[in-house]
Amino acid sequence: MNLTLHVWRQKGPRERGRFVTYRATDVSADMSFLEMLDVVNEGLLLKGEEPIAFDHDCREGICGACGMVINGRPHGPKARTTTCQLHLRSFRDGQELWLEPWRSRAFPVVKDLIVDRGAFDRVIQAGGYISAAIGSAPDANAVPIRKENADLAMDAAACIGCGACVAACPNGSAMLFTAAKISHLGLLAQGQPERYERAAAMVETMDAEGFGSCTNHNECEAACPKGISVAFIARLNADFVRARLTEGRRLEQVGEGGV
Amino acid sequence: MTTATAPAALRLKVPYVASTIGRKVVMAVTGLVLFGFVLVHMIGNLTLYAGPEAMDGYSRFLHTFLHGGGLWIARVVLLTCAVLHVWSAASLTLDSWAARPVGYRLWKAKDSTYASRTMRWGGVILFLFIIFHILNLTLGHFDPGYVPGDVYANVVHAFRQWPVSVFYIVAMFALGLHLDHGVWSLFHTLGFSHPRYKRWLREAARGFAILLVVGNCSFPIAVLAGWVR
Amino acid sequence: MNLDARIPQGPLEQKWARHRAELKLVNPANKRKYTVLMVGSGLAGAGGAASMAELGYEVKCFCYQDSPRRAHSIAAQGGINAAKNYPNDGDSVYRLFYDTVKGGDFRSREANVYRLAEVSVNIIDQCVALGVPFAREYGGLLANRSFGGAQVSRTFYARGQTGQQLLLGAYQALERQVARGKVEMFPRHEMQELIVVDGRARGIVVRDLVTGELEAHLGDAVCLATGGYGNVFFLSTNAKGCNTTAIWRAYKHGAGFANPAFTQIHPTCIPVTGEHQSKLTLMSESLRNDGRIWVPKKQGDTRPPAEIPEDERDYYLERMYPSFGNLAPRDISSRAAKRVCDEGRGVGPGGQGVYLDFAEAIGRLGEDAIREKYGNLFEMYERITAENPYKVPMRIYPASHYTMGGLWVDYNLMSTIPGLFVLGEANFSDHGANRLGASALMQGLADGYFVIPYTIGDYLARTPRHSVSGDHPAVRAAVDAVRARIARLMGIKGKRTPTSFYRELGSLLWERCGMSRNRAGLEEALARIPVLREAFWRDLTVAGEAGELNQSLELAGRVADFLELGELMVRDALAREESCGCHFREEYQTEDGEARRDDARFAHVAVWEYTGEGRAPLRHEEPLTYESVHLATRSYK
Repeated sequence: MNLTLHVWRQKGPRERGRFVTYRATDVSADMSFLEMLDVVNEGLLLKGEEPIAFDHDCREGICGACGMVINGRPHGPKARTTTCQLHLRSFRDGQELWLEPWRSRAFPVVKDLIVDRGAFDRVIQAGGYISAAIGSAPDANAVPIRKENADLAMDAAACIGCGACVAACPNGSAMLFTAAKISHLGLLAQGQPERYERAAAMVETMDAEGFGSCTNHNECEAACPKGISVAFIARLNADFVRARLTEGRRLEQVGEGGV
Repeated sequence: MTTATAPAALRLKVPYVASTIGRKVVMAVTGLVLFGFVLVHMIGNLTLYAGPEAMDGYSRFLHTFLHGGGLWIARVVLLTCAVLHVWSAASLTLDSWAARPVGYRLWKAKDSTYASRTMRWGGVILFLFIIFHILNLTLGHFDPGYVPGDVYANVVHAFRQWPVSVFYIVAMFALGLHLDHGVWSLFHTLGFSHPRYKRWLREAARGFAILLVVGNCSFPIAVLAGWVR
Repeated sequence: MNLDARIPQGPLEQKWARHRAELKLVNPANKRKYTVLMVGSGLAGAGGAASMAELGYEVKCFCYQDSPRRAHSIAAQGGINAAKNYPNDGDSVYRLFYDTVKGGDFRSREANVYRLAEVSVNIIDQCVALGVPFAREYGGLLANRSFGGAQVSRTFYARGQTGQQLLLGAYQALERQVARGKVEMFPRHEMQELIVVDGRARGIVVRDLVTGELEAHLGDAVCLATGGYGNVFFLSTNAKGCNTTAIWRAYKHGAGFANPAFTQIHPTCIPVTGEHQSKLTLMSESLRNDGRIWVPKKQGDTRPPAEIPEDERDYYLERMYPSFGNLAPRDISSRAAKRVCDEGRGVGPGGQGVYLDFAEAIGRLGEDAIREKYGNLFEMYERITAENPYKVPMRIYPASHYTMGGLWVDYNLMSTIPGLFVLGEANFSDHGANRLGASALMQGLADGYFVIPYTIGDYLARTPRHSVSGDHPAVRAAVDAVRARIARLMGIKGKRTPTSFYRELGSLLWERCGMSRNRAGLEEALARIPVLREAFWRDLTVAGEAGELNQSLELAGRVADFLELGELMVRDALAREESCGCHFREEYQTEDGEARRDDARFAHVAVWEYTGEGRAPLRHEEPLTYESVHLATRSYK
C-alpha cells in the first residue's frame, strides 16, 4: 500500500517548524506504523536527508516512549493502542496522514515529533512515591489488601507515562496522569500515610508545570493506550479537596528541635 | 540513616482556590447553587399558567419573604455565585489556552461531547442573556409597558416581542447544553464518581437539562402562540 | 587478569551474612563526600541509585531514554520469583537456589545464586512497601503462580506487567531521591567512554543526546546497569535502544567479559512477518501454563489449525518431556521448536512458527477465566497479528531475549577494573548458561536494592579518597577519543545505512551463533564479521550533525560496538566445546538430541580480556566449584 505523510519537522526547540510531505510507497499492511516510518527514514538517509526524529523504544506498547498525533488522534485511530503497536492495516491504501508532535506548553518540542516530557518526572518527584527506605519493609503479607482495591490500584498503575492524555485534552491538562499515580498509591494500605500530602504536592507541581485544567471532556480516557478511567480524576479531586480543606489538624507550629 | 523531608503539604506555596482543582471546585459548588436556582426559578414561573393572580402572588411572596430580606439574601448569594463561577471559568480558560500555545493542524474529538466543548461559549451566551434578562424583566428595560410588580403582564408583554422570545429560547438551549455537561461534571469535580452510578448521573443531568429547556421555552412559545395572554 | 571472585568462606547458607558482617562501612557523615555514577535506570540501576542515595551517597544517574521510567525492565511481563513459600508447596531458599543453578546448567557460581535466592524474599517485601500492586487473593494476601518450568508456585506478578510495576516502584524511589537532591538525573545521556585513572574507574564520558555535547562526569565509583546485549541479533525482544556500548567500552578498558556466548532465546515470541520487521514481541511465558504447544505431524501441512484433527497433531513438548511438558525450560523448548520447524513442520508464513493452543484450557476453565489471566496478552497478540487467539491458536517462535553473559564481576559485583561495578543483566553472575523465567527481575532488584549498597561501601572505605580534576590527562583523553570516534562515523559519508549493516550482522549471528551452533558455522561467522566491520567503517552513511539530536548517529555508534561484540560472542561459542543451557553445539549432543555438557573441561566461566585493536582477545577461566550441589545431568523428561 501507499501512504502520503505530512510530517511536522522542527530542527530544535527554538526553531520554527513546518509540515513536510513524504510518500511511503509499497509498504505492507502487516508493518507496524513505526516500521513504515523506518522505511521512510532509510530512504531519507540514502538521499542524504535527515531522517524524521521520533521517540520509540520497546515497540511493544509498554515503555511509553513513542507517541505522536496521527490524523488528529494521539497514537492514531485505534483505541487502546500505542503508536508502536499500530499497524498499517488500520489505514486505507492511498490515505493521507498528518503526523504532529504532542502539543503542550509543558512538553516543548525537542525535534520533529519528539517532545520533552520531563514535566511528568517532576510531578512524580513532587510526591508520586511511597517513602519506604530500602531494607525497612515488613513482611509482604503483613498487611492484607482488599483484592478490589489492589485490582483498582493496578488499573491506575498501568499508566505508561506516554503523555497522550495531555495531547488529547482540549485543555492540555495532565489530570489523568496525575490522578492515575495518586489513585494507584492512595488505594493501597502502604500509600495511606502520605496520601493527602501527596495529592496536594503533586497537583501543585502539575499546575506549576503549565498544564491546563480538567473540564471532564473524557478525551484523555479515550486516547489513553491503557484505557485508564477518568474515574481516577474524581478520586484525585476528592483527595485534593480533603488534603487542602481538612488536613493539618495540628494547629501549633512545630518549634526548633521539634518532631 | 534517612533524613526526613518535610511533609509536602507544609511546603505548599499556592493558596487552595488558586490551584486548578480549587478553582474547579469553586466552579462546581457555585454551579450547583446556580443550577438549584434555575430549577426553582422555572418551577416558580409555572405559575404563569395559573393566571395573573397566581404569578403576581408568587412574586409578592418572594418580595415579602423574611420581611423582604429573603429576596436580597438570595440576590447576594446568587450574584456572588455568578461572579465566582465566571471568575473561575475565565481564569481556567485562560490557563488552558496558555497550556497549548501551538494547536493541532488536524484534530478529531472522540469522547468529548458537543455540550462539553461548548461550555465556554455557551457560558458567555448565558452571561449576556442573564444581564439582558435582569434588565428586561427585573428592571423593565426594552419594554415600554413595564409596570413594577405586575409580573404576569410584564412577562406577556416582553415575550410578545418576538426578538426577545427568540433570544430567550436560544439562551435556554445554551442553558440546556451547559447543564447537560455541567450537572454531572460538577459531581465529578467534587470527587463523586462510581462506575455503577456514573451513567445514571449523566442521564439525570440530561433529564434536568431537557426539563429546564422544555419548561422555560414553553413560556415564550405559549405567549407567542396566544395561549397565554 | 585477576579472577578472584572473593567468595566468602563458610557454609553456603552463611556466606552472605558473614560477608556483610565483614564488609567495611563508610562513616555516615562521610557518605555524602562520595559520588557514585550509575549508568542505566532499570531495576538494577534505579534500585541501586535509590538505595545508595538513601544511604547518603551522592549519586548521578544516566539513561539514554527520555525518562528513567522507560528502561527496558519495564517490558518484563510474567513475574518475579521469591522463595516466600506462601503457597506452602515446599519452596525454600535452598530450592530456589538449586532450581536456578540447575536451570543455569551448572555454569553459575553457587555463592552468588544462593545470595540471590536469599534476598529474593526481601525484594518482595520491599516492593510491596513501595506500592507495587501485585496480584492478590480475595483474602487480601499475595497471589502466586508457577512459572517457566518451576515445580512450585513462587512467582509474584502484577497482571502481565510485572516488570513495569517493579520498575515504577524503583523509579518512584529514584525520583524521591531526585527530589531530596541526592540523585542527579541525566536522561537522554548515553555513556560513550569509561574514564580510568590510576587503574580505577573514576568517571564516564556521556553524550547529551539532545545537544550532542560531550560531558565528562567524575566520581569515586562507576556502576554499569546497562542491561544485556541481546540486540546484537538485530531482531530481539529488547527495546530498540538497548545496546552494548557501555559494557563494551569497559571491556576495552580491561574489564573481563564473561561467557559472551550465553544468550537466551525465548520460546514464546510472535513470529517474524516480513523483511520490514524491526523487533520481536514476547508473549509471556506464563501462557505456557495453560496453552498447549503443537505442530502438525505431517510436513508442509497448510490446513488451518481447526481442520487438523487431534491425532494428526504433535504436542511435541508433552511427547518429549512428559513430566514438564509445555513448561519445559526456555532453552529446551526453544530448541524443540527450532527442531520441528527445521523438519518442515512449522506453521504460518515462512514455516517459522508453532501453535500455542488455548482451546483445551478454554474448554476446561471457560473463556472468562482465560481472559482474567491473560486478557492483556491476548489483546496484544491480536493487535499485532490481527488474529483472535480465543478462536485460533497463537503462533509463536523463539527469539533472542536475554543475555546471561556480561562483564565478569566478583562476589561484590566489581569487575576486573577496581571501582567499576556491574549490576543486573549487564553482569554475568547468576544465571549460568540459561536463565529461568521470572529470575531476571529478581536479579536486577537484588543487585540494586540489596547487594550494591553493601559492597560499594566496602570498596569506598578501603580506597584512599583523592579527587580527579576535570583536566586530568585521562579525562581529556577519554573525551577526545569519543570526539574522534564520532567524527569518524560522521566523516565516512558512504552509501549504506547503519540499519543495513545491523540487519546483516544480526541475521549472520542468528544463523550461525543463535539457537544452535556448530564449528563450521562459527568459523564462517568469525571470518565474515571482520569483513562486515570493515565495510561498515568504509561505507556507512549518517545524516545530520554531531552537535544535535541525531538518531542515525546514535544507532551507528551502537552498531559499531555490536560489530565488535558479535565477534567475541562467536569466539566464545567456538571455544566452548560442549553444549550447556542456551549454548547448544551440534557436535556435542546425545543420541536423542539433548545437550551434552562437558564438566571435566568446561565447568568454568570463560572470561575474555581485550588485548588491543586487531589482536585476538585472551581467554581466561574462572573455575566453578560446587560444594553444595551435585553436578547432575539436567533432565526435564
